Amino acid sequence: MTEFSRAEVCAAAIADAFAEDGEIFASPMGMLPMLGVRLAKLTSNPDLVISDGESLFLGGTPPLFAKADVVEGWIPFRRVFDVVAYGKRHVMMGATQVDKQGNQNISAIGDFAQPKRQLLGSRGAPGNTVNNRTSYWVPKHGPRVFVENVDIVSGVGPARAKAAGPGASKYNDIHRIVSNLAVFDVKGEGDTVRLLSVHPGVTIDEVIEATGFELSIPAEVPVTREPTETELMIIRNVLDPKTLRDREVPPVTAEATK
Amino acid sequence: MSKPRDKQMTIDEVVAQLSDGMTIGIGGWGPRRKPMALVRAILRSDLKDLTIVSWGGADVGLLARAGKIRKVIYAFVSLDSIPLEPNFQRARQNGTIPEVVELDEGMFQTGLYAAAQRLPFLPMRAGLGSDVLVNNTWIKTVTSPYADENGDFEDFTAVPALKLDVALVHMNRADAHGNATYLGPDPYFDDLFVQAADKAYLTCEEIVDTAGLTVDTAVQRLLISRMAIDGVVETPNGAHFTTCTPDYERDEKFQKAYAAAAGGTDEEWTAFEQRFLAGDEAAYQAAVAAFAAEEAAK
Repeated sequence: MTEFSRAEVCAAAIADAFAEDGEIFASPMGMLPMLGVRLAKLTSNPDLVISDGESLFLGGTPPLFAKADVVEGWIPFRRVFDVVAYGKRHVMMGATQVDKQGNQNISAIGDFAQPKRQLLGSRGAPGNTVNNRTSYWVPKHGPRVFVENVDIVSGVGPARAKAAGPGASKYNDIHRIVSNLAVFDVKGEGDTVRLLSVHPGVTIDEVIEATGFELSIPAEVPVTREPTETELMIIRNVLDPKTLRDREVPPVTAEATK
Repeated sequence: MSKPRDKQMTIDEVVAQLSDGMTIGIGGWGPRRKPMALVRAILRSDLKDLTIVSWGGADVGLLARAGKIRKVIYAFVSLDSIPLEPNFQRARQNGTIPEVVELDEGMFQTGLYAAAQRLPFLPMRAGLGSDVLVNNTWIKTVTSPYADENGDFEDFTAVPALKLDVALVHMNRADAHGNATYLGPDPYFDDLFVQAADKAYLTCEEIVDTAGLTVDTAVQRLLISRMAIDGVVETPNGAHFTTCTPDYERDEKFQKAYAAAAGGTDEEWTAFEQRFLAGDEAAYQAAVAAFAAEEAAK
């Protein structure tokens, strides 16, 4: 059996989230999402449009944080909002909190008027979630991230979008939540977070224990697929030769999986 | 030969045009191409009760720490390589900014568009269903007068115009009349800021002849027209410690020192202020040069 790391499983799971997207702007926030999106572009979905994270659409698929590449377009910040409204975009964002209804918070922890901890601000999350496909990446799955109700709703889950009317729900599409333990969608009963697969070496009980709300769990929960030989070669030799991925998702020791 | 008027002035003359309680839009984006020389000049002034509208970086952090802000309108406040702005975090967690308006980024841009087009609002989807509309109950929704493909009359966020009294922006090159180019990768939203404002002042790395603006530079980079500009100041290194690509990149070492002081004890902050912010812009630039020399010698 081929050896692979948890980070590599996550990269393949993130790539799978973008596999069926066709020719759209894949917009990853953070290192593992960037790795996963570029992996998808080199394997399942070569039509993906990717950027340097700043202002350029890239013609090629360079390694993480590499600068030089063919340029195929210009995407300064202002034009990102045009693409958001146009809809041909799939963003994978971080989430300081995500709740049972698939709402996400990156604004602040505690009361908005005087938060216990001020975070970034809602950034583009409110607009992303009512305009284009949105996924979340959680590198450290735990009950403080997966909470019953987020303190502040930045990203809008399907139930809240529906309650706000068709203007909000028409294009609301929370596609995947990928964590270091498992993969989810928000298609559980009553638009709740549903477990889709657990990563190799992770049990369903571990996921339940690390989640601060009651998950929707289907009768059959498969194991997240292993990365292929080709994917591992691309991740290790092309996209991330410096193994930056292990900083975000540290390798799981044999001890920890017992 | 007739020429448009010369609008050159000093940063202190710009700040003299500002008054207590004004709504001031600050151009750039997070830790990129911020008109920091003007921000520093505001710090030195007696101005107070300001409403600051910004894609926030250290501009918001510094003005918050100095107690200059009565109200802040933002979608994020970040130093990028240091994700959270410590002075802003402190101000929010201590509740020292009386009024806080956190918007979605697209709403922020749309608010500037509305103001620039002299409209009271523009509709968009962003905000619907989110707590942006819960925490800002003054932001209304509007019902489309046209039925959609399903026969529904959709509700949208009626994004209010972000009307500014004054806009402050920093560009790479400008002429004495207020035409200006950005030479970096991104225009950000500086043209929108100046058009959303009653008065707009621009600082730049270098003032050149009008003809010089398009020598070796594509005309498409001329972002700002003089008809929107009231004053021009040449402030070399004036965006420090934010980026002003390609003239210079962000001063990461300085930013680190800033963030450490901002997130540290009151004594540490006071020491930083005394060293860098107590004097005028020339004193600041001299202190920054000394800091850089110290860092290089390490």
